[in-house]
Amino acid sequence: MLGLLFVTFFIGRVMPIDPVLAVVGERATPEQYNVAYLDLGLDKPLIVQFAYYVWDVIHGDFGMSLLNARPVSEDIARVFPATMELATIGILFGIVFGVPLGVIAAVRRGSWIDQIARVIALVGYSMPIFWLGLMGLLLFYGILGWVGGPGRQGIFYEDTFPSVTGMILIDATLARDWGALRDAFSHIVLPASLLGYYSLAYISRMTRSFMLEQLSAEYVTTARVKGMSEWAVVWRHAFRNIRVQLITVIALSYANLLEGSVLTEIIFSWPGIGNYITTALLSADMNAVLGGTVVVGLIFVCLNIFSDLLYKIFDPRSK
Amino acid sequence: MSNQTITLRQWLLTETPESRRHARLAAFYQGWLTLRSNHMAMIGLVILVVLISAAIFAPLLAPHDPFVQDLGNRLQPLGTEDHILGTDTLGRDILSRLIYGSRITLYIVALVAMIAPIAGLLVGTVSGYAGGWTDIVLMRITDIFLAFPRLVLALAFVAALGVGIENAVLAIALTAWPPYARMARAETLTIRSSDYISAIRLQGAGPMRIITRHIWPLCISSLIVRVTLDMAGIILAAAGLGFLGLGAQPPSPEWGAMISEGRRFILDHWWIATMPGLAIFTVSLAFNLLGDGLRDVLDPKDSTS
Repeated sequence: MLGLLFVTFFIGRVMPIDPVLAVVGERATPEQYNVAYLDLGLDKPLIVQFAYYVWDVIHGDFGMSLLNARPVSEDIARVFPATMELATIGILFGIVFGVPLGVIAAVRRGSWIDQIARVIALVGYSMPIFWLGLMGLLLFYGILGWVGGPGRQGIFYEDTFPSVTGMILIDATLARDWGALRDAFSHIVLPASLLGYYSLAYISRMTRSFMLEQLSAEYVTTARVKGMSEWAVVWRHAFRNIRVQLITVIALSYANLLEGSVLTEIIFSWPGIGNYITTALLSADMNAVLGGTVVVGLIFVCLNIFSDLLYKIFDPRSK
Repeated sequence: MSNQTITLRQWLLTETPESRRHARLAAFYQGWLTLRSNHMAMIGLVILVVLISAAIFAPLLAPHDPFVQDLGNRLQPLGTEDHILGTDTLGRDILSRLIYGSRITLYIVALVAMIAPIAGLLVGTVSGYAGGWTDIVLMRITDIFLAFPRLVLALAFVAALGVGIENAVLAIALTAWPPYARMARAETLTIRSSDYISAIRLQGAGPMRIITRHIWPLCISSLIVRVTLDMAGIILAAAGLGFLGLGAQPPSPEWGAMISEGRRFILDHWWIATMPGLAIFTVSLAFNLLGDGLRDVLDPKDSTS
């Protein structure tokens, strides 16, 4: 984790923009410049600067956004729930469709269902996500009008109920504002299922190969010889043994959704962390970019550790 | 005499090669036969050959200059005479821009595919062979890079380096090398302790010679598979950066940038964003198909099907 901070710190230092100029502006006098220079601690050795940086980040301080002069951490706390909401619904979509698809593809290996699962996964690996999002908008919003357009809510529903968790679906439910709930749902369904599709591709592939491994094991043959129904063999015997591996895969693809959400959020004007980083980047707001990168990196690492832990807890062999 | 009567095919398929070159060619030919029987991989290969020739012969194939604007003729739909795929917001021919864009795509892919695996190979083999502190330090660095989601890290690098196609290549390469390093290290560790390496060392070969002449060649085949499978990811990352306006800059006909230009007109003029997207999809699909096929040939132990 320290290394993670080091990389962002390093990126921040090598970038060609002078941080002092960004603070004081172009027309500052040399005295003002020097004051800001000392203020930012740039006269200290790099290692000391790094220590300050780590200290700040540990205390949740990513510096001020150069664009709107608000603390970056506040901004991130505001946009993060939107990404959470999107990624969570996306991963649910991926699990609900991906796992059964993978299991069926493994059981009926070589059948048309297996072929379809293979094509779905291949297309998922090869499709540019931002383009698929555009096409989805064009078809379902532009032509068919089935779903809400970009953004999280229609304008009629904005700020009509209190924001408690920052996740609109939950907030609307808490406020018992069913119209707003339906509106928010129609906005989230397309980007979330898009993200879900990508995790579906990965999850179904992994499920399939895990299941194939289990189904060729001898205990499965034994169960079949005992005369158990196919359903019981597949779900009660084989599937139980892949649950742990599957959880790891799901945790990893949840982390990957954070990444995929950068482009998706841009397409759907979703006010989440990916959108935040990119906007900050285009306006050269370095503190915001690095803060966002650190947060995403930390979540990534935490999810990895989390899945390792789950593995240790649930798999008796690894003790 | 019997040597001259057998056909080339028989010569290639012989069980008893007569020279080192013969053995190498025979192995290559057998790999080719396996690959050829895989229809999906061949489709991928054909698409890529078409792409590469389109890039090479772009000036001959493109019906128009990709940069010439014709405002009187802007936003023409598909199938317009003289503009099969229509024209974009400035009246430029989309087909010509796609053909020229293939050069940029190949340029990015080729550069990344050269920088990242070689850097990874260097780091991985050195770390695996040297062991000790070198190994720990290098692997920690690799872990740090792996800890970031790739696109976000690439975004941060582009932010630091500045916008542009070379920087996009550099940013993607910087985020792409760690898996190769991991892989090369794992292979080196298994190779290092094998008997033939000890034999060479006893003959007096130094670490440089062992790494470059005896370890690298054995890592290559798994690297090639990995690179081919990664190509699709590289293309998507490059297109994503271009789409965000951080890769190739307009008026360059980069596919991702073309989608982003067409995005504003998506509801009324859908083809402007659709065509480059299809191009990206086709090419990355081709790399995935070919990569799967190559994996079956070069690295059968990882095969999933």
